[in-house]
Amino acid sequence: MISTITIDGKTVPFTEEQTIMDAALAAGVYIPHLCHNPEFKPHGSCKLCVVEANGRNVTSCTMPASPGMVVVNDTPELNEDRKALVQMLFVEGNHICPACEATGNCQLQAAGYYLHMQSPHFMHFYPPRRVDASHPDIFLDLNRCILCELCVRASRDIDKKSVFGISSRGIDSHLVVNSESGRLGDTSMAVTDKAAHVCPTGAILIKRKGYTVPMGKRLFDQKTLPEFHLEQQKRVEPEDGPDGG
Amino acid sequence: MMQSPDLPDIEQRIALLCERHGCEPRRLLQILIDVQEIYTFIPPQALTAIARHLPLPRVSVEGVAGFYSFLSLEPAGQYRILFSDNVTDRMLGNEELMRQFCNKLWLEPGKVSEDELVSADFTSCTGMCDQGPAALINGWPVTRLNRERIDLIADLILAKSPVASWPPTLFEVNDNIRRTDRLLDESFEPGSAIKAAVTRGAEAIFTELKLSRLRGRGGAGYKTAEKWITCRNSPAPARYIVCNADEGEPGTFKDRVLLNRLADTVFEGMTVGARLLSSAKGFLYLRGEYRYLLEKLEEILARRREAGLLGSNILGEPGFDFDIEIHLGAGAYICGEESGMIESLEGRRGKPRNRPPYPAQHGYLDQPTVVNNVETFACAAMIAVHGGKWFGETGTWESSGSKILSISGDCHWPGIYEYPFGVSVQKILEDCGAQEPYAVQVGGPSGILVSWQEFERSISFEDLPTAGAFTIFQRGRDILEAVRNYAHFFAHESCGFCTPCRVGTQLQKKIVDKIANGHGTASDLEELKHLGHLMRTLSHCGLGHAAPNPVLDMLQKFPGAYEQKLTSLSFEPAFDLDAALATARRITGRDDPSAHLP
Ligand SMILES: Cc1cc2nc3c(=O)[nH]c(=O)nc-3n(C[C@H](O)[C@H](O)[C@H](O)COP(=O)(O)O)c2cc1C
Ligand code: SF4
Ligand code: SF4
Ligand code: FES
Repeated sequence: MISTITIDGKTVPFTEEQTIMDAALAAGVYIPHLCHNPEFKPHGSCKLCVVEANGRNVTSCTMPASPGMVVVNDTPELNEDRKALVQMLFVEGNHICPACEATGNCQLQAAGYYLHMQSPHFMHFYPPRRVDASHPDIFLDLNRCILCELCVRASRDIDKKSVFGISSRGIDSHLVVNSESGRLGDTSMAVTDKAAHVCPTGAILIKRKGYTVPMGKRLFDQKTLPEFHLEQQKRVEPEDGPDGG
Repeated sequence: MMQSPDLPDIEQRIALLCERHGCEPRRLLQILIDVQEIYTFIPPQALTAIARHLPLPRVSVEGVAGFYSFLSLEPAGQYRILFSDNVTDRMLGNEELMRQFCNKLWLEPGKVSEDELVSADFTSCTGMCDQGPAALINGWPVTRLNRERIDLIADLILAKSPVASWPPTLFEVNDNIRRTDRLLDESFEPGSAIKAAVTRGAEAIFTELKLSRLRGRGGAGYKTAEKWITCRNSPAPARYIVCNADEGEPGTFKDRVLLNRLADTVFEGMTVGARLLSSAKGFLYLRGEYRYLLEKLEEILARRREAGLLGSNILGEPGFDFDIEIHLGAGAYICGEESGMIESLEGRRGKPRNRPPYPAQHGYLDQPTVVNNVETFACAAMIAVHGGKWFGETGTWESSGSKILSISGDCHWPGIYEYPFGVSVQKILEDCGAQEPYAVQVGGPSGILVSWQEFERSISFEDLPTAGAFTIFQRGRDILEAVRNYAHFFAHESCGFCTPCRVGTQLQKKIVDKIANGHGTASDLEELKHLGHLMRTLSHCGLGHAAPNPVLDMLQKFPGAYEQKLTSLSFEPAFDLDAALATARRITGRDDPSAHLP
């Protein structure tokens, strides 16, 4: 027998070991998310994907689905809260979208659009953050880092290099790289590494590629964040995947 | 970046040190604490060398070193003084003492002196609230600070006198036990609880535990018997017992006294647990602030091994093997959260795990693990000896037994008070000699701010649950200042993993500051409620869930604390131009009216 949950009234099947997020994405149901990427181990830090499951708030990208679970996802209240989270991510860093190479390709920006964010709302922190251009092919700009740890996971689990990690605590938490000098150029990072291509924002950029696609023709000029994320899911599913292939 | 100092033999020293810890990655935090003790900070070469020996990616070693407040990645001086910054230290004038100290030594708070001799900073509550203001000097607690003591300390530092030879009176820590009940009254014969467990059998002790209705003393009040049974019923090759002595909740210091007085009872509770759960290994997670108790506790453990109460074949029972390892913390409140604690025990950043699974099923090294508070283990030992019925005779039905409270703030006799559960706030205030009490923070900043109108409420899981903190504010105290102190605490202690807490605690702190500085508006109050909602409903762990508590309690119960501070405007920019000019004023040494904006 196949077990199911419901998400906003829609019946969604799931297999053992699947989280609410896995089941939703496989069924083409969109739950907003930033730190989740189906290619990597779930992380659960951005909290955009929080849903109500059986009356309790849970993090859908890490919470296992269980038979009969009643999930509430796409409500004005939850989306309001998600918008506030995106606003928090904006003000704690330095995001100057019009001047950013990643504009139009950035999931943080796209999440802002999707959630109808009109302004940052909260006071800006203007933190001093590091920029590292020491690597011949990769540019690291921590002003735009949202601490999703996708690069950390990609480098550790896929590239087997552990080039990235997080140090410090609280609001001082920041990305660090695997070298005594603290410079990316002194690590074993290569431009072909998975970790170079997973950043949802413009914190990790490939040098000399910035403006090959003109603004207006970029990723999120063509599609919405939900469309992008649901396609991302399709790419990782095996042929006879959870939704029948 | 700072030029790293020349440390010729660092390679060999780190190699030896790692070897002494078996080159085990899970010992990483302990290794880093040792490095800090040798070099007074953690040099970059040390991180590289440790990474090579364990072996771990260097980036992970750096991540762990950066997480804990007591570890410093930059030189912090031969003498590092950290002033405890609980609200009680504030009320006793710690800020003035810090100023005096810094003036005397030409220091700027948070910075190391030019000759790299000394640095001074604030740290979260060090658990000496009954004998503050307090500080840590190179990790050793100094209590009852006053002008004379600060002068003395400054002179000792200028004379470069080694801390070990400073007058012992500076480091005196008193137990201050003022009221005893069931737990503190009864004498305890080492070995008696284990004997009961061995002769009566595990099932009988489980029955006594259930009968006792014992609930965890660390705050959440989970039923101890249930937790232990879940752990026992989780099939696994190994199970672990962890005693939570992180005692990080500001205003709480009863575990400090329990470990100083009743360590045998606590260790015995853990050993009874080991018998019931077939566990061979336990940990005492001792907060870095209580490092001064380490040698004494190690001695007690050694004595217990000699007496056959720890080690192999305990009390001659073949196969009853259990030992306890003490693991030091290093200044991180979040490591009191049980899954953060387990991460820390495994040598990582103290980041709370995703739940489910819960530690009782998947804990230390992914094995079933019970984490309990110090007091909970002491209770368990007493229940093994005296039975569940004896234990449940006091207290209320929902909250059986007695509770040890840490009382501080505005009262004549701060210290340790043991009461049966159900005691009223009013009765406690009378007993400790509180004059004109106005408010009490029960359970620390994560707990409940109780106003004078609610003093008939009772200490119990059904009314006012608490891990033990009881901080008294008398009439005339500025509640907003207390709440501000708490808001700063949460912002400083957030682990930074999840967005709502990492950013929310900062925003909350900034807004409370803005109100305290007289720039708040009605819309800031709404914003605080909004942030409270976000932190409570979206955060990853209990820290974020509790972080808005003091602020929301104040908004609801103490309008007088902030209303007259609000400006009449409905909107005031968060950016204060005049305040931003403060640096320029300091540099130019000016503070005259024309150096300020009109
Ligand atoms: C942020 C945070 C800090 C905590 N600090 C402590 C602590 O210092 N001591 C403690 O016993 N429990 C603390 N706890 C509770 C523990 O997670 C856990 O519930 C407790 O140790 C269980 O023991 P008990 O059942 O005996 O109370 C903390 C919880 C949170 C969320
Ligand atoms: S650099 Fe990018 S991928 Fe890495 S943690 Fe920051 S935002 Fe995430
Ligand atoms: S709630 Fe705070 S302390 Fe807990 S995981 Fe999130 S950031 Fe860390
Ligand atoms: S997507 Fe689930 S927490 Fe980030």
